[in-house]
Amino acid sequence: MSAHSAGIARFKWLIPATYILFLMLPIYWLLNMSFKTTNEILAGFSWWPSDFTVDSYVIILTDPTWYMGYVNAIIYVTLNTVISVAFALPAAYAFSRYRFLGDNYAFSRYRFLGDKHLFFWLLTNRMAPPAVFALPFLQLYSALGLFDTHIAVALAHCLFNIPLAVWILEGFMSGVPKEIDETAYVDGYSFPKFFVKIFMPLIASGIGVTAFFCFMFSWVEMLLAKTLTSVAAKPIVATMTRTASTSGYELGLLAAAGVLTIIPGAIVIYFVRNYIAKGFALGRV
Amino acid sequence: MNKTWNNRAWFMVLPVLLIVALNAVIPLMTVVNYSVQETFGNNLFFFEGTKWFEEVLASERFHAALGRQIIFTMTILAIQIPLGVIIALAMPKSGVWASVCLVLMALPLLIPWNVVGAMWNIFALPDIGLLGYGLNWLGFSYNFTQEAGDAWFTIILMDVWHWTSLVVLLAYAGLQSIDNAYYQAARIDGASTWSVFRHIQLPKMKNVLIIAVLLRFMDSFMIYTEPFVLTGGGPGNSTTLLSIDLVKAALGEFNLGIAAAMSIIYFLMTLLVCWVFYTYTMKGDEA
Repeated sequence: MSAHSAGIARFKWLIPATYILFLMLPIYWLLNMSFKTTNEILAGFSWWPSDFTVDSYVIILTDPTWYMGYVNAIIYVTLNTVISVAFALPAAYAFSRYRFLGDNYAFSRYRFLGDKHLFFWLLTNRMAPPAVFALPFLQLYSALGLFDTHIAVALAHCLFNIPLAVWILEGFMSGVPKEIDETAYVDGYSFPKFFVKIFMPLIASGIGVTAFFCFMFSWVEMLLAKTLTSVAAKPIVATMTRTASTSGYELGLLAAAGVLTIIPGAIVIYFVRNYIAKGFALGRV
Repeated sequence: MNKTWNNRAWFMVLPVLLIVALNAVIPLMTVVNYSVQETFGNNLFFFEGTKWFEEVLASERFHAALGRQIIFTMTILAIQIPLGVIIALAMPKSGVWASVCLVLMALPLLIPWNVVGAMWNIFALPDIGLLGYGLNWLGFSYNFTQEAGDAWFTIILMDVWHWTSLVVLLAYAGLQSIDNAYYQAARIDGASTWSVFRHIQLPKMKNVLIIAVLLRFMDSFMIYTEPFVLTGGGPGNSTTLLSIDLVKAALGEFNLGIAAAMSIIYFLMTLLVCWVFYTYTMKGDEA
């Protein structure tokens, strides 16, 4: 590298640093607001709370209509993650190892529908705007008697999480040489035993990354979660909309609730930090 | 990888097909049903053929929402993809600082979408928000609840804030997969930073960047919650993107036929773009 570009390289850290500063500013502002009293918020602009208070947090953590929102969200997000990964594992294996639709040797010239198309059809569900499905979902889950249950939201979020899970897992599985499967069969392993004892540990980081993405997309979604619940399974994101409508008055409360929704995500990121980059590349996502 | 022909695979994909059938096929058929029928309440439906589709395709309102949607998606792609690549290139390659960068950058991705909207609302308020107050203090007259231009500036800045990290993480992953030997060879040849980027880094990032464009296209095309919470589609209709317009028609005005026809047109457009992209990526894989 030339001396000129080495000079530039010394200041390279400024780019990610500036970007991170930009990312942190709105979060800082949310924190700032969450520690202010309502009077102080309405009084005008200030860099930090002069009358520091944790009242907003106390209200949220002691009032069941608030904190149950977090509990409900965590229940359906966990359910969704477990369902998505468990269902996607065998399917991803099938897509990565077998041909099973169309495209057999006799008609290979005239292939019209193959398992690739099935794979794409799965992915199309990741592209379906939740706004399109909100009303039909409400009718479907009401008809099934599942309205306002955790499982309804968990199943509804499978619409976009299962295709994503299959997509990521398929990428990881295709990175495992097929010889490993064949050797295991020769050694007398049955398929389920091979899958659980040998194959799953090999793609453990892939499973972790998949679970991370399922958690993420289920945790951040609001439209379907709000549509499918009313009281018993109402998530925090829906609870928050009640303060949004009375803007200004309960801004501190809204900010505190927002801060608390960032925490579970931050914990999850901390645990997968070493896998994020590696996982992205191997799983192609 | 050469795959074997095996019908046992059907048993493995069956659970996924069933759950997707429940979640996608049934609701989609409901939408298709609505899109060709007229209702006068009391569950009385009449077949209307393509009336709603003709009405939607001819309506000014749909054209306007679609236009805004396309401008929005193109703008954020044009900003996020290059910006994400630049940041990924400048990030430390390993060590504690790399982890710190990854954790902090991933944070916006894990924040619920309506919180993102609410957070930016608070951040951008002209009287008490840091962004709004700051811009006005600097002498720009800024008020995103009154001025369409300011509202657009805010939703685009919000989306850049929210999603650029996804592009960074993907591009960074692509860069991590490059063997050090390539860089050594380039150094021996005296290659410039630009040619290292052009001939080593960019080709290696191609696959992840395609995924980044695909994901960002899909998600920005169906964006709803964040701009809805931030601006409510206003001022006026200036930031009413497709999804916001759709929910307005379906749940607000209860115009089921129109909303359903819009849904199908909307879905087909996303599908078409993604199909073109997908076949293109798959071809790259085979070659």
